[in-house]
Amino acid sequence: MVSIDVWNASVDFPIFDAKSRSFKKIIMGKAGGNISADSGVPVIEALRDITVSLKFGDRVGLVGHNGAGKSTLLRLLSGIYEPTRGSAKIVGRVAPVFDLGVGMDPEISGYENIMVRGLFLGMSRKQMEKRVDDIADFTELGNFLSMPLRTYSTGMRVRLAIGVVTSIDPEILLLDEGIGAVDADFMARARERLNDLVKRSGLLVFASHSDEFLVDLCNTAIWMDKGRMREQGSLRSVLTSYKGHDPFENYPQDVLDRISDPKELVSERA
Amino acid sequence: MYPERVFPGIDSPSSGSQEASVPSPLVQAATLETPPAPAQPSYRSWSRAIGDITSAWQHRELWGYLGWQDIKQRYRRSVIGPLWITISMAVTACALGLLYSAILGSTINTFLPYITVGFIIWNFINNCVLEGTEAFIANEGLIKHLPAPISVHIFRTVWRQVLFFAHNLVIYFIVAAIFFKTMTNPYQLIEGGSWNPGIGWTVLLAIPAFVLLVVNSVWVTMLFGIIATRFRDIPPVIGSLMQLLFFMTPIVWFADALNKKNSLGGARPTWQKYVVESNPLYHYVDIVRAPLLGQQIHWHSWAIVGGLTIFGWGLALLALRNYRARVSYWV
Repeated sequence: MVSIDVWNASVDFPIFDAKSRSFKKIIMGKAGGNISADSGVPVIEALRDITVSLKFGDRVGLVGHNGAGKSTLLRLLSGIYEPTRGSAKIVGRVAPVFDLGVGMDPEISGYENIMVRGLFLGMSRKQMEKRVDDIADFTELGNFLSMPLRTYSTGMRVRLAIGVVTSIDPEILLLDEGIGAVDADFMARARERLNDLVKRSGLLVFASHSDEFLVDLCNTAIWMDKGRMREQGSLRSVLTSYKGHDPFENYPQDVLDRISDPKELVSERA
Repeated sequence: MYPERVFPGIDSPSSGSQEASVPSPLVQAATLETPPAPAQPSYRSWSRAIGDITSAWQHRELWGYLGWQDIKQRYRRSVIGPLWITISMAVTACALGLLYSAILGSTINTFLPYITVGFIIWNFINNCVLEGTEAFIANEGLIKHLPAPISVHIFRTVWRQVLFFAHNLVIYFIVAAIFFKTMTNPYQLIEGGSWNPGIGWTVLLAIPAFVLLVVNSVWVTMLFGIIATRFRDIPPVIGSLMQLLFFMTPIVWFADALNKKNSLGGARPTWQKYVVESNPLYHYVDIVRAPLLGQQIHWHSWAIVGGLTIFGWGLALLALRNYRARVSYWV
């Protein structure tokens, strides 16, 4: 069963500047006697005491200011960062969408980029070959797909990236914001596809500053503040305390029901 | 493909004795219940290091594809593409072959194949070591954005070198065809040197020898990659070391040259002979080169390489076990 469990996890980054990232300092430090290698390295405490338990069907929004630890938390949940303290357990195939540009090679063609990205997201070559036509239709890039990626505009790259990501069947979908720079018409279709994707995936964690997007995709939320979890609960209550006012006052009742009381959803699923 | 991954904390005590943590006062009792942390195997476990390698092996479609892309990309906008790899190697080998055969007083018929094969093998070893140190540093973006076993980047680096080697091997076949007559009969590289039996069935030994070389490249890439990611001074150090080793290794000169001097001067081997023999890269080159050229097979070289393989893999697995999870923090 798809699940993510994290217990009291912390993520600390040692920051080696050019000087301490060499043997010199460690050797000198040992010889001098006082300065240990560790004390010389400043540490950034990116996440502190994170405890979450996510199950099949959870749709969690991540909110918080810049630098609050949203992206780091997503990387912890994807298994890229293993916690420095505490522990984490991830069951299921993870598809992270953090940076649409990563894994994209400007020198190779759109088709080849589709293949590389798909392989990185855990698909096999055959599976991707089946999906290529579908992706080509959706992105509307036509003949450009056989051109090298460097000839693409930013918006075209985003189209390609969204096309690939939404064509796969992930069990755990981790989305970081950064979807922009596409025209309104494409955005509407992207949203539709994203919604479909979220329905197909067993578990979603989505970091965003957009209330609209959050309400579309999520029903619960976590508020990150200075590397800690400040609040966890239904999307509406968390956003209300995060923003200081209820951003969803004017939403229709059925939407409000969905984002206000996740417990009901849990029982529905069961 | 990712069945279940458990990540006990990197600095956690190895047993399941998790501290009963005081929940942060800021965290409100959430709607989602949190089960107690289970007892878990240590973060630094052998099974997880091995798991990383086996899981990367299952991803072979990925690194196989990426390795090809690396080669194609390097020659993307050129007309003859990867053929340049072969051509540039052929030019180097020919030029140096002509020059050094004159300097060392060897006949071109035997010297050109010797230097060609030596160069092809050296190129493979050299690139594996140099690009191995960059294996993780160069893939920072991928490591930070996509969860994959870190061994994927190691296999990709080595696979790329294997493909380069395959391109260069074409030259060996051309050279061997041209000098077929001299190479298949017993020959001496220089006058007074030892007699080589000529190319025969022993040429098949080159296959297991190359496999052994690749197996060694994996541990070298793994070990140096991890160390170099943490200590960024390592790549330049290794770079200058490899340059020195190139001149220390008999590639443009013969190990025989030292024997020859010895046979003229006295009975005991000179100290230079020991310098050559104690250079591990000599043995790595020799096990592949000797069968390809029909030279005498030195079984002690095989033994030394075998020992180094076991020793190196031990070190690399230890590094992988202890620092695998730190790589994404360090890049």
